[in-house]
Amino acid sequence: MSKLPKFENPDLLVGIETSDDAAIYKINDEIAMIQTLDFFTPIVDDPYMFGQIAAANSLSDVWAMGGEPKVALNIVAFPSCLDPEILGEILRGGADKVKEAGAVLVGGHTIQDDEPKYGLSVSGFVHPNKIYKNYGCQVGDVLILTKQIGSGIINTAIKADMASKEAIEETQRVMASLNMKAKRVIEKYEVHACTDITGFGLIGHCLEMAEASKVGFELNPAEIPFMREAARYSKMGLIPAGAYKNKGYSMGKVEFDKLEEHIVDLLCDPQTSGGLLFSVKQEDKDKILEELKNAELETTCKIIGEVTENRGKVITFI
Amino acid sequence: MIVVDARGDVCPVPVIKTKKALEEASERERVEVLVDNDIAFQNVQKYGNEVGNILSAEKKSEQEYHIVIEGKEKEDELKKQETNCIYVIRSNAMGVGDEALGKTLLKGFFYALTQVEGLPKKILFYNSGAYLTTSESESLEDIKYLESQGVEILTCGTCLDFYGLKDKLEVGNVTNMYAIVEAMNQADKIVTP
Repeated sequence: MSKLPKFENPDLLVGIETSDDAAIYKINDEIAMIQTLDFFTPIVDDPYMFGQIAAANSLSDVWAMGGEPKVALNIVAFPSCLDPEILGEILRGGADKVKEAGAVLVGGHTIQDDEPKYGLSVSGFVHPNKIYKNYGCQVGDVLILTKQIGSGIINTAIKADMASKEAIEETQRVMASLNMKAKRVIEKYEVHACTDITGFGLIGHCLEMAEASKVGFELNPAEIPFMREAARYSKMGLIPAGAYKNKGYSMGKVEFDKLEEHIVDLLCDPQTSGGLLFSVKQEDKDKILEELKNAELETTCKIIGEVTENRGKVITFI
Repeated sequence: MIVVDARGDVCPVPVIKTKKALEEASERERVEVLVDNDIAFQNVQKYGNEVGNILSAEKKSEQEYHIVIEGKEKEDELKKQETNCIYVIRSNAMGVGDEALGKTLLKGFFYALTQVEGLPKKILFYNSGAYLTTSESESLEDIKYLESQGVEILTCGTCLDFYGLKDKLEVGNVTNMYAIVEAMNQADKIVTP
């Protein structure tokens, strides 16, 4: 990747260098445009559900940067041997989520491929002074996570045909739910940093945020919301390879020896369409929690820890 | 001994193959699993620890790992399921002392109950315990989940009436004193959190 030409432009506010999934381009002093693209292969059997999850995942990047999605385009790969009705269901799932997000979906592009793939390219707007960065946490901040974790492990249990109906239902509901409501509550307060929890797992994204902010995180394992039965499947070794990669990367920086092994595996579990992690002022905590409660989220939103000085290990546990 | 060759398989296939072999194994028969990568090696050991005992786990080379597992005695498993254990929730708080603390504890209790193995056969709710199965409960989702796992949820009808909760029952069935007495008489174990 380092051989690719670099683009420099004073209006490019966020580019590739911060390893964000999105670019932000300043249009004027009031508006900057966020541009994102994300797609993946099916992770659930139901095409309508797959469409919803892929769209929720693509839209999430815009909220994670503090913006609101405005226009979306489909990106689709689909085999000619499959029933076109399946494709129709995937697109319907995506369209329903774009509608829920208050954005517009205007077509897109489909190519023929052996394996289906679906996602969105999303454009959104944000005020140039209100872009969320994945750094900027201040000592004393509280950390809010907007979705329960465990989707990687539960999806592995589904592949092994060992997941219960309830676990499958919860995981799919959580993956398909939009981070919009939580973001619209928290944006009324001072947000010091924000990121979305995806492939690096909760621990990987926490590390990224803490290290970039030059602080430490003290997490409370009892407050981290897990999906139903995720702990049980974690104990049974239904753990995706990505979790081991995340664990290997964070070893030495995280106080893992304080936790049971299956909890460590859960914290390292890569998430699909995961929640947002916010760092906000301690004094706003109660008001935010109250408002989140009234917002009737479909997911479990919790304060999972606090920002501290870096005490040697970047992430510690109560 | 059953030998499972899961070399060349990626997660979660080695765990699935191990599970099948342990289910087919006769009592005390050992299962040896061969895998070719460290992730499968760790996952199969976790599974083995959860459902039985690991007798040995050895890395022979970069591409060859052996794990020997012995399943738990099947008789034990059977006995565990047959135990007629009932839980009795006598109030809307857990323990004696501060009420708010007691409520928080009880909420935590039901959450924890959804996360552990070995569920009771029935849960009886009486006196202010009746609040727990109604729309005023903070543990409704957990109790619904327990019901979905086969736990019988029974709430005292007199108590629902007394607290004006009759129309608010959200999970399980209404019961009466005869059924409560009978359930307690037949129980092998009664747990009162």
